[in-house]
Amino acid sequence: MDPFTDSAGAIARAVNARSTSAVEVAEALIPRAERVDAQLGAYLQRTPELMREHARRVDARVASGESLPLAGVPVAIKDNMCLTGTRTTAGSKILEGFVAPYTATAVQRLLDAGALPVGKTNLDEFAMGSSGENSALGLTRNPYDLDRVPGGSSAGSAAAVGGFEATLSLGSDTGGSIREPAAFCNVVGFKPTYGRVSRYGLIAFASSLDQIGPFARSVADAALVYDVIAGKDPLDATSVDRDVEPAAGFLREDLRGVRVGIVKEFALDALDAASRAVYEAAYADLERLGAELVDVTLPTAEYGLATYYLIAPAECSSNLARFDGVRYGLRADGADVGEMYERTRAAGFGPEVKRRILIGTYALSSGYYDAYYLKAQKARTRIAEDFARAFERCDAIVSPAASSPAFRFNAKSDPVTMYLMDYYTIPGSLAGLPSLSVPCGAALPEDGTRPMPMGLQMTTPLFTERALLGYAHAYERATLHAEKLTPVTAVIESSTSLRAPSGNRA
Amino acid sequence: MPTDRIDIRHVARLARLALTDDEIATFAPQLGSLMTHVDALAQLETENVPATAQVVPSRNVQRADTVRPETILAREAALSNAPQVQGPYFRVPRIIAEEG
Repeated sequence: MDPFTDSAGAIARAVNARSTSAVEVAEALIPRAERVDAQLGAYLQRTPELMREHARRVDARVASGESLPLAGVPVAIKDNMCLTGTRTTAGSKILEGFVAPYTATAVQRLLDAGALPVGKTNLDEFAMGSSGENSALGLTRNPYDLDRVPGGSSAGSAAAVGGFEATLSLGSDTGGSIREPAAFCNVVGFKPTYGRVSRYGLIAFASSLDQIGPFARSVADAALVYDVIAGKDPLDATSVDRDVEPAAGFLREDLRGVRVGIVKEFALDALDAASRAVYEAAYADLERLGAELVDVTLPTAEYGLATYYLIAPAECSSNLARFDGVRYGLRADGADVGEMYERTRAAGFGPEVKRRILIGTYALSSGYYDAYYLKAQKARTRIAEDFARAFERCDAIVSPAASSPAFRFNAKSDPVTMYLMDYYTIPGSLAGLPSLSVPCGAALPEDGTRPMPMGLQMTTPLFTERALLGYAHAYERATLHAEKLTPVTAVIESSTSLRAPSGNRA
Repeated sequence: MPTDRIDIRHVARLARLALTDDEIATFAPQLGSLMTHVDALAQLETENVPATAQVVPSRNVQRADTVRPETILAREAALSNAPQVQGPYFRVPRIIAEEG
């Protein structure tokens, strides 16, 4: 039993069987996370005391006869989710000193299931970005090449799991913010159906799109988390009141009888040769596993980006109006309350957040609403209808998860170029569909020295999480791509036995 | 349409956001370029297409009109992150001008 490399399932089994304890897992993980994070910067804050406290509680519950699905499993939490008593910043200066007075439902469910909080992870400010570079509070590096971005916005949550600083993590996905960084960091990233997981305690960005989901190093572990966090929450009126089909016990090993849709509009010739070869091999592997590949079309997918960059900023401009220097967060001085608002928001928000607030305010302003926001909502309908039609011909749609592997820092200074990273993830987000990225190989970037991981995106109809995770599991077990790469950070110490003295520094 | 079509000072006022001249110089072309990209939407036929506010339909979500203690933030907790408080209140700068 190895607390760094073992699966969440294996750790929980060992803790439940009392062959190890949650306290031992915590004591092994805490110094390692500190050591690795000096290179990676995945965390904005680590919470060792809280982790120990939860570990003691888990051990007591197990001793009293309980069996917990995530007993003793180290988890990292994206820092746009509240956890009582921890700083919760959304990666923004405007919330730098905010201490959460309550806990998000998804986080609470993980803790109730026995998970141990390692800390809060870095993100693009208010989850707006595709590289992690928009955080105002820290720099997170890619565990597979420290000169490259981890992806975003759930930058630290992807890097922490990819760099073996946590077994699992939670992220949030609005237009690709789980799937793209998962692809960049060689991990599984899973966005469930919109409304499947409570958003209570998640700092809102675009409320009609935001969804919490897991990062894990295997599909089976992602399924374990899904089973714990999914389901109706009375504290979130948009969470869906519909039975959850558990996924973890229903994963499959082959794809016989599964029709997999290849999207005409996502033709691979948009990619460079090395990336194209990775996806061609992935599609061939799906076929080898028994899937029937069928051509499908999403004629409106090319409008996805334009639609998203009206809807998400519009909702963001409204949601972020609450940051006004009155009830929480930063306050700048002003002669009257209006000046105080304007200066507080000027000092507290970074450039990308300001850009999106401006776009959204413009799109919603008098005289433009019909041309922009309403038009985008209608386009959204057509995009969702396209998917529905495509799913008459197939059970799952596959595509690249991102437009390229992880790129170098400061490589994309133009906002629209950055937005294009999410070309493949955004249409499914607009349609609310469950979607994930699973490692599918690696390609050497032209300007790189190490092959960088890539992700295969799989998307299925609303509320078919069990099927989606099943397909991804079959593909993952047959290909084992994630295991072919080793993070540069991790010199995974050879003496990682739980019985080794903890706290020793390399 | 021209890329300088957004009156960025006006929009910033609506958004309660003070911008420096440098920011205006940077943001104006960036927003113009994004809006040009967005203009492509005009080509998409949406006549008689209903608008989607969110994909998973739900309407008029109601609950019993009873107190749920777990959702109530104690006054002390609610005030704990405030930049400035006075007794049990949030304190803000003057809102109404003094009478001359």
